[in-house]
Amino acid sequence: MSAKTPMLRMDGINKVFPGVKALTNVNFRLFPGEVHALMGENGAGKSTLVKVLTGVYASDGGTVTLEGKPIQITTPLEAQEFGISTVYQEVNLCPNLSVAENIFVGREPRKRGRIDWKEINRRAEELLSTRLNLNIDVTRELDSYSVAIQQMIAIARSLNVSAKVLILDEPTSSLDTNEVEQLFAVIRKLKSEGLAIVFISHFLDQIYEISDRITVLRNGNWIGEYMTKELPRLELVSKMIGKELDVLAEASSNKRIFKGGESFLQADQVYKKGKIQPFDLNMNRGEIVGLAGLLGSGRSELARLLFGADKSDGGTIKINGKKVSLNSPKQAITNGIAFSSENRKTEGIIGDLSIRENMILAIQGVKGWFRYIPRKKQNEIVDEYIKLLNINPPNPEQLIKNLSGGNQQKVLLARWLITNPELLILDEPTRGIDVGAKAEIQKLMLSLSEKGMSILFISAELEEILRTCQRIAVLRDHEKVSELENDNGITQQDIMKEMAGGM
Amino acid sequence: MLKRLNINYKHLPILVTVGLFILMYIFGSMRYTGFMSSQVFLNLFINNAFLIILAVGMTFVILTGGIDLSVGSVIALTSMVAADLIMNAQLSPWLVIPISLLVGTTLGLINGCIIHFFNIQPFIVTLAGLFLARGLAYLINIESIAITDPFFDFMAKTRIPIGDSFISISVVIALVVVLIGVYLAHYTNFGRTVYAIGGSEQSAVLMGLPVGRTKILIYTFSGFCASLAGLVFTFYMLSGYALHANGMELDVIASVVIGGTLLTGGVGYVAGSVIGVLILGVIQTIIIFEGTLSSWWTKIAIGVLVLAFIVFQRILVVRSNVKKAAGANNVDIKESSPPLKTKSM
Repeated sequence: MSAKTPMLRMDGINKVFPGVKALTNVNFRLFPGEVHALMGENGAGKSTLVKVLTGVYASDGGTVTLEGKPIQITTPLEAQEFGISTVYQEVNLCPNLSVAENIFVGREPRKRGRIDWKEINRRAEELLSTRLNLNIDVTRELDSYSVAIQQMIAIARSLNVSAKVLILDEPTSSLDTNEVEQLFAVIRKLKSEGLAIVFISHFLDQIYEISDRITVLRNGNWIGEYMTKELPRLELVSKMIGKELDVLAEASSNKRIFKGGESFLQADQVYKKGKIQPFDLNMNRGEIVGLAGLLGSGRSELARLLFGADKSDGGTIKINGKKVSLNSPKQAITNGIAFSSENRKTEGIIGDLSIRENMILAIQGVKGWFRYIPRKKQNEIVDEYIKLLNINPPNPEQLIKNLSGGNQQKVLLARWLITNPELLILDEPTRGIDVGAKAEIQKLMLSLSEKGMSILFISAELEEILRTCQRIAVLRDHEKVSELENDNGITQQDIMKEMAGGM
Repeated sequence: MLKRLNINYKHLPILVTVGLFILMYIFGSMRYTGFMSSQVFLNLFINNAFLIILAVGMTFVILTGGIDLSVGSVIALTSMVAADLIMNAQLSPWLVIPISLLVGTTLGLINGCIIHFFNIQPFIVTLAGLFLARGLAYLINIESIAITDPFFDFMAKTRIPIGDSFISISVVIALVVVLIGVYLAHYTNFGRTVYAIGGSEQSAVLMGLPVGRTKILIYTFSGFCASLAGLVFTFYMLSGYALHANGMELDVIASVVIGGTLLTGGVGYVAGSVIGVLILGVIQTIIIFEGTLSSWWTKIAIGVLVLAFIVFQRILVVRSNVKKAAGANNVDIKESSPPLKTKSM
């Protein structure tokens, strides 16, 4: 492997944005037939490096060499012509065009000067089935297919440009386990065909499963290039966050036996037709309960019922032993329940408001809009939580859309913590955020529960659930199938068996 | 039922448009004697040739999610330029026509450039164009200028027989423009880029499509169509007048919407817009046949239709989203991909 010569080299890349050095002397080498993972925390410069490589940004220094020849890439189109293609996390195709057209638009085959639709459809079908093992109706619109398939189609589009380098930027963040496996099968196939693949992901498991080589960036600096096999996970993480693993170790050793507390919320045969089968759930004070299950197994649906975001069709919910009706979020909030949604972008943050305004929203809603919280008081609260949660940048007037994913999530947490809830429902709070922020959020959950707050924690990462939760409820096909006590005997495999069922 | 007929929800608006046109036509034929004649049908084209031409240009604009408010004023300006050059400057029609066509094309080009390079809302830019063109028209002459040129007379009065009925030269021009529009939309890179921009402009950029150039071209094309429509309108009225086509941009937008093009862009057909124009024409014809109704009822009918169509489109979008959410997991790719097992099981 190491005897090969790189297909593409980036040497001494610099990029300066007004006021920020985004990249300093970064090197990056891509070998044919290899998957190269680009690692770093949010804001480490991964995206910037990719954007320099694909011509979205112009570099302020350094050289790019493709197959021994120095090249200048100034536009995305030029990058494509050099054979460098990118598939982004958000599928960047046109939902209103057919699958075939999405693959070929911009370089349609022609017959006598006009677009040859038959040829487009034929070639698209062929491309998808021979190279991606995907047999679908290519004349249907793109948006009639799932995100996973759309991503495959995006890859097909790149391949059609006779790609040499394929960049996959967070391709797995919205896929479920099965879809990830399908994607990986495709990646392995393409790798064996000699493509150089750049893989960016927050999921360490996936990095170790698919990549051959890892380059680590931190704060725009090049930390090093390693063979994946020779780099243990903990070492990788410490290189990424640039400090020893005290924080992580502390959090992971913090698996406590539940000390017991009285029951806070009891759900009895609550259900909603077509969303979730009747379930019982008991939440004790100071307890963290994990909800595990595959994407679409009804995790969020259950949480939304408890928060009154959806109205249940039947069953009773008792809080502190008293029967309550939770038909609207407002009722839930007055009963001491807070809910941080999984769709951070669409149901959580309000991008054009500042950190302060985003934080103050929920508490202001509880107090009623006519009892304005004085600005001075607002500043006090906000400063306190910025410090407590270590939000970066610590400027309350910064617009939230300019923050990294992890920091946005912290602001959302703060929004609900300010209302001082007794039950906090966290739906995928750690998705798409970097390792450091993840550890901080987990630590925060533990310390909150020690103070008596109950937390319902939904996560796709079982490791995380095992590390933080005392009890784990498992959902499968819109039904709560079991509840496990998280003593030391439970492993990820046990939970997975429950999630998959029929084992 | 839709499933059995294999109808895509995206084709529904245009099917509804066609259905509506046929229904209205049948309604008219049953209610009024003489409505069912071929000449009444062809008159729809003769009386609306300029609207059809405008609608072709506007369809492209709306397909990208934009809007062009300047077209009505461009008609007035073109008619004034043509009338002034031919009657006062005594130029040959062979010179006047290309100059007139340049008027709207240039204005469209400027609109497009401002929209693209300064990244300003098309609504605002073309609104400025609307005022500018109307003002320029008044600058040429406040009064109406009647045209008594043999060529214009010829264009206005020639009848091309079809069976025992006839059409005008303007109809031929309009139909040629429609054919060009259809070809552009479906068989050229330009047309497909237009649809792509309407689907997602950001994606189109990242896919390496010439988004900027296409946007400028669209407004230029719309401006050209407006000028051509202006000439056809001048043939029709045989005069130039700064008040011509006042508010016609809104009629065109209404036709395009009724023709099944989504205002949000990305979905629609040139042919649909033509039928949209014909529906407007049928409404007018029905009101004329009715005899006692004020012609302003046309506006009310159009208003109701536009509203109905926009609500209808909205419902479709919402429903298709619901269906997608429910159906996304049903797409079966397993049959084709190698059997996979999650490792941990």
